[in-house]
Amino acid sequence: MIDREQVLHVARLARLQLTDDEVERMAGELSSILGHIETISGLDLDGVEPTSHVVEVSNALRPDVPRPSLDREVALSQAPARTADGFLVPSPQA
Amino acid sequence: MSADVEYEPVIGLEIHVQLKTRTKMFCGCELSFGDPPNIHVCPVCLGLPGSLPVVNARAIHLGLMIGMAVGSELAPRSIFHRKNYFYPDLPKGYQISQFDLPLCLGGKLGDVRIHRVHLEEDAAKLTHVGESGRIHGSDSSIVDYNRGGTPLAEIVTEPDVRSAEQAREWLNMLRVTLRQLGVSDVNMEEGSLRCDANISIRPVGDTELHTKTELKNMNSFRYIERGIHAEVARQIEIVRSGGKVQGETLHFDPRTERITSLRSKEEAHDYRYFPEPDLVPITISAEMLDAARAEVPELPTARAERYASTLGLSDDAAKLLADRAELAAYFESVLEVDSVEPVAAANWVTELAARLDEGDPAGSKVEPRALASLIGLLSSKAINVGAARQVLDRLVAEGGDPLAIVEAEGLGAIGGGDELADAVAAAIAANPDVAEKIRDGNMKAIGPIIGHVMKATKGRADGGEVTRLVRQQLGL
Ligand SMILES: [Zn+2]
Repeated sequence: MIDREQVLHVARLARLQLTDDEVERMAGELSSILGHIETISGLDLDGVEPTSHVVEVSNALRPDVPRPSLDREVALSQAPARTADGFLVPSPQA
Repeated sequence: MSADVEYEPVIGLEIHVQLKTRTKMFCGCELSFGDPPNIHVCPVCLGLPGSLPVVNARAIHLGLMIGMAVGSELAPRSIFHRKNYFYPDLPKGYQISQFDLPLCLGGKLGDVRIHRVHLEEDAAKLTHVGESGRIHGSDSSIVDYNRGGTPLAEIVTEPDVRSAEQAREWLNMLRVTLRQLGVSDVNMEEGSLRCDANISIRPVGDTELHTKTELKNMNSFRYIERGIHAEVARQIEIVRSGGKVQGETLHFDPRTERITSLRSKEEAHDYRYFPEPDLVPITISAEMLDAARAEVPELPTARAERYASTLGLSDDAAKLLADRAELAAYFESVLEVDSVEPVAAANWVTELAARLDEGDPAGSKVEPRALASLIGLLSSKAINVGAARQVLDRLVAEGGDPLAIVEAEGLGAIGGGDELADAVAAAIAANPDVAEKIRDGNMKAIGPIIGHVMKATKGRADGGEVTRLVRQQLGL
């Protein structure tokens, strides 16, 4: 069972602000997800390679050749806040 | 613990080097340094929804070259992971890095073992704008995403370093190696080489590892050395006064020599790594290995070893040449001219290098053939060392042929002929008291006579020959 503190910890890592009701609900939902994982953990998987990818493809590589970048104005147009040439963000030190 | 316990530092290093590719790790934006902000950006390196990364083949190639240079085991299969954390220099909310299946495992450089080498992407550059002065927390920062997504190799050592000096020397060896490999500019000022140090202390003789701190973002080898010194002293003080070292990330301010904590505890590392679903695994083929191997040159440590063992150079001379690829190449081209004696060639390449500041001798006016000929004139005693240095000065300034310079300037040594014998006789006559001391067996007193001869011959006389003539004329 996931407790309240664990929910708040995960929420902090994800930069989510939860109300008390939401913390309650999340504790329940996350616990049921972890329940499923525990069921899987119960299987005997000795000698089975962990699956990191579901497709049998490897080495999808790209030659080291430059491609055009975005025009700066286009890049900055989606920014909530900007300066003449940069993205303006709340200082992480603040 | 009592105050008389001796402690030793246990240090591991983590080095980030920007790889010398043309484009970023996962997109075709060009790498740049010092360009106007946010002109090398695209949906991939801005982390825009729906964009997909594609691995730069050249970055894998350079990563393999690093692994080969330090003798790593190259993983037949490796994958990328997402390292999750929020920071404005990381637009996706995660950094694509490697976790449990890095490209290279193990290895050794000098006397420090390598734990692993993995590939990842660099973060963007943040510039703090400063406080508004009115509302607390209203500071802001400007992000330039040009650097975001630059390919990085992270080289992690085992905790084998035992002093700040060793850390500095080893990092220099690594830098020289990577530079000659051609995989990175390894320029600390421009940030293409960055280093963190994991530091703990333990009583001498103890084999356990104790709680370590991580000293971050030191931007010169000198600061790294001083930072490690300061942190080791701080830890010893804590332990001696009965306290415990806390595992934390620290910053060293080289101006004040002070160490401060960088991150608060609640932001303790909890990266929730998981396999990057947008990138398929890398499997290293025989062709990829062959291509990487073909580009790995003879490296400084191996080259210095060869110069010392097969050419008879001193360890210092061997290292001095081997550490700078351009000096080593020039040295070897001097050796290729007829039969130049290697130790003499090393001495004169070093003399030449000192006159060129940091310049490449191959780009100077001194042809390898000319330097070889100068060494020949010296070893056949046609000129003495002082004259050889004068000739070298002329070669550096104007180029040309040493023999022609010797003849034009009258720098040829005066051999055993009458001219030198006369000069010696005159010197003895002018210094009767010195001659008396020598007759009494005090050869060390000979200085004034040699000086007299050198002055009379404008420095062209051979010191050994003068000494021989003095003994002869004094009947010794
Ligand atoms: Zn891009």
